[in-house]
Amino acid sequence: MSNLIGRLLALLTVWRLSRRSDSEPSAQEQPDISPLEDPSKREVPNSRKAELVVAILVTVGAASGFAFTAVYILNSHANQLLGVTMGGAFVALAAAAIVAGLHVVPQETSVEERDSLLEEGEPEEIVEMVESGGEGVSRRVLLTGAAGVAGIGLTTTVGSAIASLGPRMRNIHKVPWSRGVPIVNEQGKIFHASEIQVGSFYTGLPAGHFWEDLGAPLLLVRLPRHYIHLPPTRPLAKWAPHGIMAYSKICTHAGCAISLYRYPVYAPTSVGSPAFTCPCHYSTFLPGYGGTVLFGPAGRPLPQLPVTINPNGHLVAGGHFDEDVGPAWFDVRVPKNFNRNG
Amino acid sequence: MSLVGRSLDRRAKRFVAWNEERIGAARGIKWAMRYVFPDHWSFLLGEVALYSFIVLVITGIFLALFYIPSDHMVTYHGSYAPLQGFRMSEAYQSVVHISLEVPAGLLFRQTHHWAADIFNASILLHLTRVLFTGAYRKPRDLNWMIGLTMLTLGILEGFAGYSLVDDLLSGMGLVIAYAVSMSIPLIGGQLSILLWKGAYPGASVFFPRLEILHVFLIPALLAVLITLHLGMIMRQHHSQFPGRGRRERNVVGTPMWPAYALRSVGLLLAVAGVEFLLGGLIQINPIWQWGPYHVYLSENGAQPDWYIGWLIGALRLMPNFEPRIDGFTIFPNPFWGGAAFPGFVFAVMYLWPWAQRKLTHDYRPHHLLHRPRDRPVHSAIAAAFLSWVLIVFMVGATDRVFFRLDISYQDEIRFWRGGVWLFPIIVFLVTLWVCRWLQRHDPHPLRGWDGQVVEPVQISDPLQDREQQAAGTHAPPAGG
Repeated sequence: MSNLIGRLLALLTVWRLSRRSDSEPSAQEQPDISPLEDPSKREVPNSRKAELVVAILVTVGAASGFAFTAVYILNSHANQLLGVTMGGAFVALAAAAIVAGLHVVPQETSVEERDSLLEEGEPEEIVEMVESGGEGVSRRVLLTGAAGVAGIGLTTTVGSAIASLGPRMRNIHKVPWSRGVPIVNEQGKIFHASEIQVGSFYTGLPAGHFWEDLGAPLLLVRLPRHYIHLPPTRPLAKWAPHGIMAYSKICTHAGCAISLYRYPVYAPTSVGSPAFTCPCHYSTFLPGYGGTVLFGPAGRPLPQLPVTINPNGHLVAGGHFDEDVGPAWFDVRVPKNFNRNG
Repeated sequence: MSLVGRSLDRRAKRFVAWNEERIGAARGIKWAMRYVFPDHWSFLLGEVALYSFIVLVITGIFLALFYIPSDHMVTYHGSYAPLQGFRMSEAYQSVVHISLEVPAGLLFRQTHHWAADIFNASILLHLTRVLFTGAYRKPRDLNWMIGLTMLTLGILEGFAGYSLVDDLLSGMGLVIAYAVSMSIPLIGGQLSILLWKGAYPGASVFFPRLEILHVFLIPALLAVLITLHLGMIMRQHHSQFPGRGRRERNVVGTPMWPAYALRSVGLLLAVAGVEFLLGGLIQINPIWQWGPYHVYLSENGAQPDWYIGWLIGALRLMPNFEPRIDGFTIFPNPFWGGAAFPGFVFAVMYLWPWAQRKLTHDYRPHHLLHRPRDRPVHSAIAAAFLSWVLIVFMVGATDRVFFRLDISYQDEIRFWRGGVWLFPIIVFLVTLWVCRWLQRHDPHPLRGWDGQVVEPVQISDPLQDREQQAAGTHAPPAGG
């Protein structure tokens, strides 16, 4: 084996040197290749050793293929062994094919002429042939125009059919929350106000509604009074009873569920306030400031939902969102008196 | 010749004659067997993509026989204990079943996933080779566009594939796709409603639609485009690097039969082998660990497959610019990173051959390639442009840097908002300098292991003439 490699290396070196001495800079573009420059050659390797190597590699490939079947029968969930035997079969056969391609079959360098793609006079001839099909037709403009209209007609037909793919946009603003809808956890158990602890966040869902709508999930947090700076349009009794606030859990940037909460202070910034962060593109919102965007690509604050603690201490929605939840589109409803800083 | 050999020979001739009587393909067969492939390692990148496509089709058929495209909610009672009793879609349950219960299912799923990553990677590397060596020039400009279309489809196809699984990671990707689709000015909302058949997560037909896209529409389109791509290459013949005896009017290399055919079959088997080894030995996308997707759940530190990375980077890098006029949101923010950025990058790539012709006034066809160093300005522009995309791609990993190295995420983003414009300028200047240095000194980094001598292009080239005048130098004579 090493003998073979040694010989091949020697051959390669000789070949390389011979090429290097040949490859003097050619003067200018020459119409034909001079005999000195003709790279064509054909060598017949006639190497019994290489043939033996190929035979061994093919046998190894076949054995590896049988091994796959054996592994499959004995333990079809041994993924590593299945992969090694299947991959091994392919790799061994690949090596066999490559060794055969380089050292067993005749090695040939040949020169093929390129015919030119554009032939003189051909385009004219084709156009004339096409035009000869209209020979004797007198109302060409009329017919071409009619065909054009028919084309537009057919396109419209197909275009109309596309409309049946989906409904119109009517329900896009629909959200399951309205006054009195109980807020439950992922197990369907209604939240008691005392469960909402300072320093953590909870996922709230609408009892009796579909949970997989973008409008459904809420983030519930409780903040100490000194962190709460809601805009004057959101009186605390309705929007933050006992410091409990509810926001849409769906990021207003690209719709992921927000799942990072920094309390008491969002560390990387100097803002002395807790913050929500979306793990997809790191939009960061301030629950103490009505969901204002602190950082990241989100273009709208996080929609806030008024909450009510009912007489037995359970949490229910105190109203509805007055803006759209989730990612923006052309006609998305933004909060009243909206400005970027909340 | 032995008796057996003579008999085989007679049978083969009879077989070919049988065919000829019906098809009459002798001229085509002889032509194909003598078709010449120039020898250069960089020409194999496209073949790797082609062979990965074959692996994808075969492993994909296996997976499609088990996958259920349904959002119907079921309770899990399979063999994987940690998911016992979880509510999940039938789609996710079927992929967990493929991964953990179907014999050899995990091997095929992981191989399919690895092959998809390799498919897109090899297309991108092939594109880079074609770009830097000028192989996209007339008459191959049309084929360049077909290639770009295949890259677009490859990215879409990969995304659709891992979205079908409906695990937590894929659901997060789908909702981002929905947001990007919603963000298209004017029509985005209605378009998304059509695609999803309702507001997100859409109607039950959404998963069957996505499956048809993934297993039929895009693969069929890819198959057609691959055929066109290869057919056009064979009609024009391969391009080649300049060298001894190599001219614009000829092509020098190994004929298809027998040596090249064997080597290429070897490459096919090697690609399949490596992909099955990866599928068996290196875990990828262990979906049973991610858990089922629900709109109200997400996962921290989620990263998409690499070919989506540039989009997540762009979405993260964009400041929160979302202009509104008269109550209408003209450009919802995901539009910038998710639609405008990739749209711009692909538009530049599609128009590249046209722009190159306009700027150099070179309208001739080219079959001889150039080395990147032979056209310093062209190479520098290409490198700067690709580095711009690459930086955006790397921004997609800024959160990993934050977790690993504790460098503030916000500082990183602020840095890259400037860096994304500054670094390509540096890359431009460095590439220019390196190309000119290589032109002057002409070392051959590849010669040691490649054995190929690639000679510089003849200086009858307008762009190069102008570049050399600008630089005040003349190309050294062809290096031996």
